[in-house]
Amino acid sequence: MDNISVDHLTGIKHLTREDIEIIFKTADSFKQVINRPIKKVPSLRDITIANLFFENSTRTRLSFELAEKRLSADVVNFSAASSSVKKGETLVDTVNNILSMKVDMVVMRHPNPGAAKFLSERIDAAVINAGDGTHEHPTQALLDCYSIREKLGSVEGKKVVIVGDILHSRVALSNIYALQKLGAEVMVCGPTTLIPKYIHELGVHVEHNLLKALNWCDVANMLRIQLERQDIQYFPSLREYSMLYGLNKEILDNLDKEIVVMHPGPINRGVEITSDVADSKQSIILNQVENGVAIRMAVIYLLASKIDRH
Amino acid sequence: MEKQVILNEKQFELTLQRLCHQLIENHDNFSNTVLIGLQPRGVHVLNRLKTMIEQKLGSTVQCGNLDITFYRDDFRRRERPLIPSVTNIDFIIEGKNVVLIDDVLFTGRTIRSGLDALLAFGRPQKVELLAVVDRRFKRDLPIQGDYIGKAVDTLVSERVAVEWKELEGEDKVILFTPKENG
Repeated sequence: MDNISVDHLTGIKHLTREDIEIIFKTADSFKQVINRPIKKVPSLRDITIANLFFENSTRTRLSFELAEKRLSADVVNFSAASSSVKKGETLVDTVNNILSMKVDMVVMRHPNPGAAKFLSERIDAAVINAGDGTHEHPTQALLDCYSIREKLGSVEGKKVVIVGDILHSRVALSNIYALQKLGAEVMVCGPTTLIPKYIHELGVHVEHNLLKALNWCDVANMLRIQLERQDIQYFPSLREYSMLYGLNKEILDNLDKEIVVMHPGPINRGVEITSDVADSKQSIILNQVENGVAIRMAVIYLLASKIDRH
Repeated sequence: MEKQVILNEKQFELTLQRLCHQLIENHDNFSNTVLIGLQPRGVHVLNRLKTMIEQKLGSTVQCGNLDITFYRDDFRRRERPLIPSVTNIDFIIEGKNVVLIDDVLFTGRTIRSGLDALLAFGRPQKVELLAVVDRRFKRDLPIQGDYIGKAVDTLVSERVAVEWKELEGEDKVILFTPKENG
């Protein structure tokens, strides 16, 4: 089997279906590793990875850091809040400074769409996008699809609805690409103001009625309302949003079939999803988090094998 | 490539029988011994020996397969990526006698990685090594086999393959020699 076709993971858009399948197969092995008494392998002992987070994150950052440490890589962390970025340094300067300290790989989250791609064209290290503004969040989409594959056996032919703030969501875009490449049918659902105008051109169904969407799907991925990215008022109130697009136990129990419920986190309990749904047996939210580490180990491992040492 | 059969089907069977007897001689009823086959090809040796030993003893022997991909020392020194196989060791080897099993013992690097990988499952009492073929004098590391099917003298340019009835149609060991130019 060959390696993945890319040298950087800037987005799902640039991956092929074979790439995604290689990542999944490698992740299967790492999932075994992280369920052993000793969860660590020495593969990347000569690699140094910098985690550059220009935007807040708990889950993704912890997940990346654990993945790196379980591969025995050396890790340096950086967060924008306590750095020279505040003093006016440019992105390329900041990163080049870090790279002169001999770093082989960069994991970056940045508020500007395209930041990871921009960086990958300018620096001499492998770049992994951990979220670039409202653009893409490739590892999240990979772990979402991996979790669906684990729960339902395959992604091919499944119907997946992504509910909520599609306009501001990088998870939505990456998920659409990944799900379609793996042969799933995708629908987006949310208030008109939060659905991008030409999204149907990506080949997704658009629905504004939650109940119809849920009755259609096998899997519902409930997104968080990204209040921090909303510069204007997109809907009258959170309470109204929650009444129209929130998933509760009553709706879930009244569907014709049992659907799988996902959420990329962080959950706003009582807004897009109620506590009893989030904690129900139909929810695979915590499996997503566990799979996140295995998927990130696979991505780092495969990209690291492409770094030339000679 | 010139082919030369080192062990034919009959010799192959005798060799495996001998290895099986040697194991029983040293490990009695296998109550504190586990057999571990190295992925990918050591697993076939393991499966054969397991069946033979269990027939002779009339009891089951604890076995597992170990994949050493993530423990190799040549990561990023190869053209193609190393794609892992499955590890299935559903027991802890703490305090156990372990017999590592592979088909060909050559540089010893696979075994070194195997010893490393083994540590993730506990601290064994003792580790021994079984190989069907030993390409002696070609070691990169100070590693020796405890149970050897057949020792052969080879050149680095040559290749030794252990073939199996269930995979290649016949049990045999073959030495491949590249043709000289001229």
